[in-house]
Amino acid sequence: MTSSLMEGNEAIAWAAVQAGCRFFAGYPITPATTIYQQMLRLLPPVGGVCLQGEDEIASIGFCLGASMAGLKAMTATSGPGISLISEQISFAIAGEIPLVVVDVQRLGPSTGSATRGADGDIQFLRWSNSGGLPVIVLAPVDVRDCYTLTVHAFNLAERYRCPVFLAVNKEIGMTRESIDLVNLDLAEPVNRSLFAGTEPFLPFQPPPGSEVPDFLPIGGNRPVRQTSSTHGPDGYITVDPTIIGQRIERLARKFTADIEHYQIYELDSDPFAGTLLIAYGVTARAARQAVRRLRAGGTPVSLLVLKTLYPVPEKLIQAALNPVHLAVVVEMNLGQYVREIERLARGVPIKTFGRMNGELIDPKAIMEAVQR
Amino acid sequence: MSNLINRQRPPVFCPGCSHERAVQSLDHSLQVLDLSGEQVAIVTDIGCSGLFDTFFNTHALHGLHGRSLTYAAGLKMAAPRLTVIVVMGDGGLGIGGAHVLAACRRNLDMTLLVLNNFNYGMTGGQCSATTPQEAVTASGFLNRLEPPLDICTVAAAAGAPWAARFLATEQTLSDKIAEAIRYPGFALLDIWGVCPGRYLRRNRTSLKQLKEKMTRLPEATGRIPVNERPEFGAAYRRESSKIPPAEPVLQVETTFPLTISTRHDVLLLGAAGQHINTAGEIFCLAAMTAGLQVTQKNDYPITVLRGHSISEVVVSPSPIDYTGIEIARVIVALAAAGVSRRQSLFSRIDDDCLVIKASEVTVPPHSGREVRVDFDRMAIAPANRALASLAILVRENVILTEKMLLTALNLAFTGKRLQEARAVIERCLASQ
Repeated sequence: MTSSLMEGNEAIAWAAVQAGCRFFAGYPITPATTIYQQMLRLLPPVGGVCLQGEDEIASIGFCLGASMAGLKAMTATSGPGISLISEQISFAIAGEIPLVVVDVQRLGPSTGSATRGADGDIQFLRWSNSGGLPVIVLAPVDVRDCYTLTVHAFNLAERYRCPVFLAVNKEIGMTRESIDLVNLDLAEPVNRSLFAGTEPFLPFQPPPGSEVPDFLPIGGNRPVRQTSSTHGPDGYITVDPTIIGQRIERLARKFTADIEHYQIYELDSDPFAGTLLIAYGVTARAARQAVRRLRAGGTPVSLLVLKTLYPVPEKLIQAALNPVHLAVVVEMNLGQYVREIERLARGVPIKTFGRMNGELIDPKAIMEAVQR
Repeated sequence: MSNLINRQRPPVFCPGCSHERAVQSLDHSLQVLDLSGEQVAIVTDIGCSGLFDTFFNTHALHGLHGRSLTYAAGLKMAAPRLTVIVVMGDGGLGIGGAHVLAACRRNLDMTLLVLNNFNYGMTGGQCSATTPQEAVTASGFLNRLEPPLDICTVAAAAGAPWAARFLATEQTLSDKIAEAIRYPGFALLDIWGVCPGRYLRRNRTSLKQLKEKMTRLPEATGRIPVNERPEFGAAYRRESSKIPPAEPVLQVETTFPLTISTRHDVLLLGAAGQHINTAGEIFCLAAMTAGLQVTQKNDYPITVLRGHSISEVVVSPSPIDYTGIEIARVIVALAAAGVSRRQSLFSRIDDDCLVIKASEVTVPPHSGREVRVDFDRMAIAPANRALASLAILVRENVILTEKMLLTALNLAFTGKRLQEARAVIERCLASQ
């Protein structure tokens, strides 16, 4: 047997290249910088491009241009950078531009603490776009997830032509961990579907039976239009309310309707449990430990670890809530994802336990929250 | 070559708008250059100038205010053969100022046409970064307080190898645009025009006046020899082709039997310069040679050459969940700076915790088993003390064996560094 020592950020970089990423641009920001540093080492030798933008806005802008030229692209930042790139994220949604955006979260608000972890951006990622359209957010628990979820993130971005977020925590991104790279179960890379028709190319017209338009690159042998403005299938501005409404609904539906195909989670059910513990990200690790100790002490508890946070896997959560009469949601913020659980609870009382002090939530605190 | 004007979408500018002249001139220059639609990408942002991409049968990318240069850079790096033309107004110039400066410094082969009409036409005629102080605008007195910016002077200072100022009505505008496009690097053409819908209604401005005004500015007619240098994309590809393939990730073989049956939390408490982080990594690699799982977190201030340095390592024969330190099984105390940051952990430890303490360091009261090490007496320099502490672990028969540690050194170091590290370990193991 072999194992390797790798931090989460390093795993994201290796996985990105393996998923076919050939363009990265970023701006240094702790705790995300090591992704950029790693990409600078990995991309040039495989013919890819890695750039340092003059700021986060430029970095994601480079990525949007490169993605429109047909390359798989990624940027990485932290909360302050997500704040800056909000309008570009909206563009990626509006223009259906495949892109992976890594947010290695640090303690906020504002510049906060560069080297302290938090999961304070969870609802921010969901709602950071103007227009409030849905997005995909994946949250790794450990270094292995950083590897596997990065490949999923690229595949989802390509399949649905949208930005996909990886909501990492400094406590995973910058924590080294032993990982068995030989036996990693990685998804096969997926590439965006290319337009092969002979009829005029309508850049925002999905083919029959699909909600996702086929792609042609800017720079290819047929002129392609891309625009951030409200447009029809031809990529020109439209004021027709029917066309506008249909497009907006398609942008929302194109991946939310498919959630059951990519809801990534771990459900550790105890048939005797009256309580369901729900966690994500690094906190899920303390939750696992808390659950083991609670069970050893005679308190049966079930644990749901969510790795696809958005779109919210509603049916899955409701099914997990069904057999219990209490759910406890633990997260490294003052209670963000718990809002999604509450709206799905159908009478099951929901307790929230959140903390933002720059420290990991420890198993003992979770045990107390469950038993309180 | 036929023209690239989109006949289905004729220009929709106000009568007399200089932008229409710019559209015709750009089309003419594309014809002169014999470029077809799929060879050209027109990148625009917000404002009346942002309509440009819709008038041409070329590739088009229309994005956010002031950010067009960012998309253009990504496009050009991904598709180097594409002729990339960025069109922005004086509004985009202001809001995207950082990108303009960066584009001048970067020198990617693309053309920036600034359609400069001295105001925000689309939003009602507010002042922009280029509005004259004497102009009457929708921004009240505000533009009287700030002088206009001459983008050509700025571009030259920022390193642009080509910048020129031109009137939209000049017959030779299309020649100048063609010259800018042909230039093998970043070329900025500041095209002065009038905005009949907004600016002209409040300001009697003639093209003659504009021309006269131009003559009072520093000359900007094209090439700036002092800034001419290799184009960024070509230089990038040349440099990046020299970068060797990345070293594959180090694989650690499990060669030794497990040394512990439960999770052990280990703390290395030291200061900058003691190579705490490296020792933590060696410890992890050594543990991995026995099939143990590990996590390692480092904590140090941004002043990496001063202050505390802490490594928190967890080793376990089973998967590690919580990565924080609950009850330490090993504490290595090498400097007061590190100890003071983790004071509270000492009160929690019990007698199965090994505390390795440099003789000059004071630690809080604790119930652990303390081993005092006089590194000075062993002639071990501060930079090697964290590494030497790993040898103490071997000596005390805790988690690591000598073979595990030496294997880890072989994985992490080569050459002289390896010899030195081995010498430190040997010296430490020999002393009692």
